Amino acid sequence: MESLTLMPALPEIFLAVIGMVLLMFGVFQGDASRHWMTWAVVASLVVAGVLVPQAADGRSLAFGGLFVTDAFAVFMKELALLGAALALIMATGFNERERIARFEFPILVLYATVGMMMMISANDLIALYVGLELQSLCLYVLAAFRRDTVRSSEAGLKYFVLGALSSGMLLYGASMIYGFAGTTRFDGLTEVLMGGDVGLGLVIGIVFLVAGLAFKVSAVPFHMWTPDVYEGAPTPVAAFFASAPKIAAMALFVRVMIEPLGGAAAEWRQIIVFISIASMLLGAFAAIWQTNIKRLLAYSSIGHMGYALIGLAAGTEEGVRGILVYLALYLPMVVGTFACVMGMRRQGRMVEGIEDLAGAARTNPGMALALAIFMFSMAGIPPLAGFFGKLYIFLPAIEAGLYTLAVIGVLSSVVAAYYYLRIVKLMYFDDPNEGFDRPMGRELSWILAATAVFTLFFFVSPEPLVGRAAAAASALFGG
Amino acid sequence: MQDIPILSVVTFLPLVGALLVLVIRGEEADVARNARWVALWTSLFTFVASLYIWFGFERGVAGFQFEEQVAWLPDFNISYHMGVDGISMPFVLLATLLTPICILSSWEAIQTRVREYMIAFLVLETLMVGTFSALDLFAFYMFFEGVLIPMFLIIGIWGGPRRVYSAFKFFLYTLLGSVLMLLAMLAIYFEAGTSDIPALMAYEFPSGMQTWLWLAFFASFAVKVPMWPVHTWLPDAHVEAPTAGSVILAGVLLKFGGYGFLRFSVPMFPLATDFFLPVVFALSIVAVIYTSLVALAQEDMKKLIAYSSVAHMGFVTIGIFALNLQAVEGAIIQMLSHGVVSAALFLVVGVIYDRIHSRRIDRYGGLVHRMPLYAFVFMVFMLASVGLPGTSGFIGEFLVMVGVFQVSTWAAALIALGMVLGAAYMLWLYRRVIFGKLTKADLMEITDLNRREILIFAPLLAIVLWMGIYPTSFIEVMEPSVELLLGNYQAALAAGEGPSALAAR
Repeated sequence: MESLTLMPALPEIFLAVIGMVLLMFGVFQGDASRHWMTWAVVASLVVAGVLVPQAADGRSLAFGGLFVTDAFAVFMKELALLGAALALIMATGFNERERIARFEFPILVLYATVGMMMMISANDLIALYVGLELQSLCLYVLAAFRRDTVRSSEAGLKYFVLGALSSGMLLYGASMIYGFAGTTRFDGLTEVLMGGDVGLGLVIGIVFLVAGLAFKVSAVPFHMWTPDVYEGAPTPVAAFFASAPKIAAMALFVRVMIEPLGGAAAEWRQIIVFISIASMLLGAFAAIWQTNIKRLLAYSSIGHMGYALIGLAAGTEEGVRGILVYLALYLPMVVGTFACVMGMRRQGRMVEGIEDLAGAARTNPGMALALAIFMFSMAGIPPLAGFFGKLYIFLPAIEAGLYTLAVIGVLSSVVAAYYYLRIVKLMYFDDPNEGFDRPMGRELSWILAATAVFTLFFFVSPEPLVGRAAAAASALFGG
Repeated sequence: MQDIPILSVVTFLPLVGALLVLVIRGEEADVARNARWVALWTSLFTFVASLYIWFGFERGVAGFQFEEQVAWLPDFNISYHMGVDGISMPFVLLATLLTPICILSSWEAIQTRVREYMIAFLVLETLMVGTFSALDLFAFYMFFEGVLIPMFLIIGIWGGPRRVYSAFKFFLYTLLGSVLMLLAMLAIYFEAGTSDIPALMAYEFPSGMQTWLWLAFFASFAVKVPMWPVHTWLPDAHVEAPTAGSVILAGVLLKFGGYGFLRFSVPMFPLATDFFLPVVFALSIVAVIYTSLVALAQEDMKKLIAYSSVAHMGFVTIGIFALNLQAVEGAIIQMLSHGVVSAALFLVVGVIYDRIHSRRIDRYGGLVHRMPLYAFVFMVFMLASVGLPGTSGFIGEFLVMVGVFQVSTWAAALIALGMVLGAAYMLWLYRRVIFGKLTKADLMEITDLNRREILIFAPLLAIVLWMGIYPTSFIEVMEPSVELLLGNYQAALAAGEGPSALAAR
């Protein structure tokens, strides 16, 4: 363990090096390079996706145990890479049209992704923080990418200030934990907590740590930034925010809670239960009054994170499997939904009002059908994919005896169904507005079609995904 | 057992038709015409295929037949398991029979977005047949709950002026009940370690757990039936839905509730069933009497029939929970009969609605002078709804009364009162619409049934009389299954501790 092993971190190293190379090209070629830059980054994300499973050989450590790769990390990294690649592809046409295409954009996404992968593989509180900050710094810039509009700058600033605050809390919690446990290493913490005696200082540290992590997954009561950032940031950036970073943050959350802090489960469970219930309820009720589709999706994502946290509240292997399945099914839904939002364009201008969707079933039948599929799926109506996500999340909750949590969860899903249905209602029941511009763009249509087909037909064979998620979850409990 | 997986064929054939409709290209008028024909032929083929189930079904066997089982989630011991017994088989036929009739009845009434309309109905057929033939909890739930999507769209897109409100109410009410059932299903799955329905029917749940599970299932099925006081979505949904939507809603979807009681509540939670009997009795009696009185006050024909549906389903629930052979068989016959009769009554209303575009009772009167054939058809179904001997309605209500009388004389007397009220509001409706003087100007020109409409009513008429005159052909199908159900129920009660609530009286 003392020797320098780099193999497990190969995909991250690869991406980091490629990022530098591309940055060099960009600097010397200027904005002319932006046309091929996106595709170069997408290609390297794909290569990294191939490398990720190769680099993991069972459970392997690198950098003296700061960095860990296991089946759990592989699963989450693949999802994060997929989310990043899809968001990037969706962004190309948009950025060109909105005249914000710069060669830095794909590279920022790439470095954010490297940060996410480091978060997912962190095996130490310091490594965790470094990964988190690498990701966050890139995201702050991305949120403010359309720098000549007030809203985007506001989104970036808001995200930065609140993000810094949460990083501070997280760091403070980490220092408390270090002070009372004497180590920052995850395996060291596991041993300390094995002793069974969880002191008050450690509990306070855990609370701060959870607060910081809850901010990153945008769970209530640390959710305030989400609607503003989603609304203000350019739409592809919002799509990116809703997919990959959420997955990485959730992976980090799960790993920290289960591996090092697993011994203190009794202490943190009630916090997670509260966060989960509050997120589900807020996500359900606050979204009802939204008029902007991006804000609505922000509240919906808060609700979805609340559901995913049910699995963490259960704290079992089945619970983690539920989270993994939930996130894997959530990713295509949210990417597809944002693809629809990006297709909402009239005379070359983006429109974002929910009312603008009125009658879309007649003016843009394909897009309306896809969006209807996503909405029913997010509401958790069988046989669509979202139903399976809910099924695998409530399964462990019932098994762990968290009946109150489960009942509140399903009831809030009925409330949430209202605003998902409202979008279907607008598209299918109401008289058409002026239609959206057509065609919506080749990349968008392909992503839309692929995600919609996946969401619609997932029920035919759920086994492969669920099996892989189960294997990934067991990796977390094996050691 | 046999080579063709006939249940899967019947279930998924409509989906194939829906796909065909989806790929139709061309001018809007051509698309509409082709979509109608493809949908009609698909549903007719499906009906013919389902006849194979009717004729191939072995009478005198209590267990499940035409079983199919394919691993779906092997790690979880969840499979795609299909099969029908004497209780579910007639409902499969009911669904496949009503779908082509619905499509035919919408031939001229639906002129906008015909393609989507036909797809919605074909998908709906798949889900309905699947619900009645699924033998795995989760497969059942997928079909059961999936029905909401096409029905929501049917009410919302092609419905009347308040369609949005009604569609939401329908969707959210039903969803609220069903999600609780989903949690109960998960609890069942963990308790018994399987989601296979035949295995679960043999499993004995701890009595404390049964109570909660029963309530969760009741939440879902009571909304579906619908039982008083959670019936309020039904009149709204019926009034606003297009005619064919009402037909499916009343004809098939309401039966999900009664079927669910017979398939889940009674066999799986016998102790809880016994415990809650008085509650169900009380709610059913209130439903029968109260909604009959409400029906008397209605001015909208569809609303009147919707309330009569609630009353008739009250007979069903009290029959199921009387739990003796006559009552349960009566309840099933009543469900089948109501499936045909209420469907036909909504079609009857649809006929004049298509001509005059009003459902208000006082817009009509004296139709017999212009529409003798229509008056005859209306009369038969009206009398079947009232329960005149010789029609299917009589058999159902009579058997239920006989069964309930053995359990509780008072309950029998009260639902008999409901029958009287039923006769009152139906006959009064008939008098106001059909008889009297023909005074309204636009009614002078109204035309009688055309050939397509005769074609729609003929099979329903035949079935109503067939069930009324020779019910044996239906009872012999279900009797062994019902006997098995009740035998297991009594055995479970005998095994369970404590005297039963009703027997103690």
